[in-house]
Amino acid sequence: MTKLLDRAYEKAAAHERLDYDEGVALLTEGDTHVLGALAHARRMRLHPEPVVTYIVERNINYTNACVTYCRFCAFYRAPGDKEVYVLSHEQIGRKIEELLEVGGIQILLQGGHHPDLRLAWYEEMLRYVKERYPVNVHGFSAPEIEHIARVEELPVETVIRRLREAGLGTVPGAGGEMLVDRVRRIIAPLKTTTDAWIDVHRAAHRVGMRSTATMMFGHAETLAERVEHMERVRQLQDETQGFTAFILWTFQPENTAMWRYSKLESHQYLRTAAVSRLYLDNIENLQASWVTQGARVAEISLRCGVNDMGSTMLEENVVSAAGTTYALDGKGIERSIRMCGFEPRRRNVYYEAVLS
Amino acid sequence: MRAVPAPPRLPVPSVFRGSDLLPQVEKALAGERLTFEDGVRLFTSDDVNALGWAANAVRERLHGNVAYYLKNRHINYTNVCRYDCMFCSFYRKEGEEGAWLWSVDQVLEHVAPYKNKGLKEFHIVGGVHPTLPFAYYTDMLRALKREHPDVAIKAFTAIEIAYLAELTGKPLRDVLTELKAAGLDMVPGGGAEVFADRVRYKVCRDKADADRWFEVHETAHALGLPTNATMLYGHIETAEERVDHILRLRDLQDRTGGLKSYIPLAYHPDFNRLAKLGAPSGLDALRNVAAGRLLLDNVPHIKAYWIMLGVKVAQLALAWGANDIDGTVTWERIYHMAGAETPEGLTEERLREVIREAGREPVERDAFYNPVGTESEGARGNRP
Repeated sequence: MTKLLDRAYEKAAAHERLDYDEGVALLTEGDTHVLGALAHARRMRLHPEPVVTYIVERNINYTNACVTYCRFCAFYRAPGDKEVYVLSHEQIGRKIEELLEVGGIQILLQGGHHPDLRLAWYEEMLRYVKERYPVNVHGFSAPEIEHIARVEELPVETVIRRLREAGLGTVPGAGGEMLVDRVRRIIAPLKTTTDAWIDVHRAAHRVGMRSTATMMFGHAETLAERVEHMERVRQLQDETQGFTAFILWTFQPENTAMWRYSKLESHQYLRTAAVSRLYLDNIENLQASWVTQGARVAEISLRCGVNDMGSTMLEENVVSAAGTTYALDGKGIERSIRMCGFEPRRRNVYYEAVLS
Repeated sequence: MRAVPAPPRLPVPSVFRGSDLLPQVEKALAGERLTFEDGVRLFTSDDVNALGWAANAVRERLHGNVAYYLKNRHINYTNVCRYDCMFCSFYRKEGEEGAWLWSVDQVLEHVAPYKNKGLKEFHIVGGVHPTLPFAYYTDMLRALKREHPDVAIKAFTAIEIAYLAELTGKPLRDVLTELKAAGLDMVPGGGAEVFADRVRYKVCRDKADADRWFEVHETAHALGLPTNATMLYGHIETAEERVDHILRLRDLQDRTGGLKSYIPLAYHPDFNRLAKLGAPSGLDALRNVAAGRLLLDNVPHIKAYWIMLGVKVAQLALAWGANDIDGTVTWERIYHMAGAETPEGLTEERLREVIREAGREPVERDAFYNPVGTESEGARGNRP
């Protein structure tokens, strides 16, 4: 065992901040079980109650038209493709009604980067939803917001303010992928740069909105670059305290232009989740990705740093387009949580308990 | 005789010093045999990290960084079964829709494409068919050996073999001797379920009991046929009944040394009469693998059978005590009829990737756990 790893273990156990080199040492050389135990100890310090939270939420993907052509994506269709769709207000409304029937309180509203939709279109969609339904809109990833700003030739912060005024509640962390420009140039050359992703979230935090941060890994990145990603997220969190949670998942290669990449299963997922719990000492919550890992691995992750089972989703179009289909409803999520010795608790986007 | 010498003492990482499993972790590291009470602790503690660390330490001492896989084929020759086990989604009654029975020719046809493809094992398991003659079984073995002389035949669970003794009115020893003469190389571990009478009475009361299961395996060992052992966990059994099951296997292994591997099998809930129980958790899967590794100090191999654990949990199991992930399989019915979402086969290339991602070195093995490329003693011993 190296001195560096030894020191990283000690600092992690003492709940001290890890530096970049220590994070890399943990991820590359750390013992899987020691990482799991250290991350679990950190999670129990942050959340001493034996509770695992989840939210009853629905994914709504308002369009699959996209001009960004990310190589890892199986969901998008180029404008003009016969499979392109844009959901009408009524279609969105019906989906929300289905959500309300099962006690849902939030929609995750995201879509491709449609070349023709204007800011007013997004504002109308938000107003339509907020005037009719008691749901939080967790919507528009940083790249979507940047895309709208570009279409409108407006500053990002102006777009965010207007979306917020129209009803946007919180901003999801999607599009983070890997916050390392070397990797972004390989997997998504036309997409938001690392700095731009960070800027959108900074702006969202500045206008008073909370957001989440995500990481999609298991493709072109090195282990060290995963830690670099965590470092960027941690730095912004030091500045703004705007992130509620960190969510990581593994790249699903099927039906994408990156299908030759070998799909990561669970070993790296669990290790990376544990290290992110230890490294991101300023972010309260870590979500399980049962949608890419399945319920069984999500359950295991609850002993390796994870304290939240994410959302019920109801429908999922992006990961399933890439060949992975796991499904869990609220009942299934609660069963998973109980089997692992925790009490399930429904939450809202701010991780506050809500009545179920 | 203990097959497993005491491992060297490793320092227990400080993060585990406060674990409720510390006494068991230290005993395992010192090479001390775990007791019944220790076993119950392994199954009731939530500290799967300490448990995994200890099981992994033992596993790495025995097998280093190697994880085995093999090229195998399953042959589920019939799903017609005279029994009605509550946990089973596979069986049908004779004449019922969805029932099948392959003739010996159909069995040969099924595996013909795999001739000379480097296949190492046929895994042959079926329902306990009420009307097939004994000659069907020996004919199948002989035909497979004739067509595929280099493929080891691991066939017929103890339940099937116990029934063949009943059918023929012959002692187990004679039945197994005849099967061996016809080409049987190894006996799979199925049918063990959970040995406790209470559990068997509730979920599989009609089939061979625990004593009979052990008689079959002990007789096989006496005849030089290695066997595996399983436990079907995650339905109505208690932690105590799990440990009792595993310790009975440890006793058998102390007497004979004939067990090659232990394979904990997760109960699958779809389309059977225990469905309301739901599937056991991922934590429970790892607990079963690790507890098997720690309690069975005399069984060389612990298998993470990916078909039923799922590829992801099986991959994690390689760090929780397992040193084998089973094989390419390609066609599997028993678990898939119970809702298993795994593919029915994985390519050799993919199996190797899955093992490498877990930081292990993939090594192809034959049915008897010899690395491929070395002479297989089991196969040699049974070749004319």
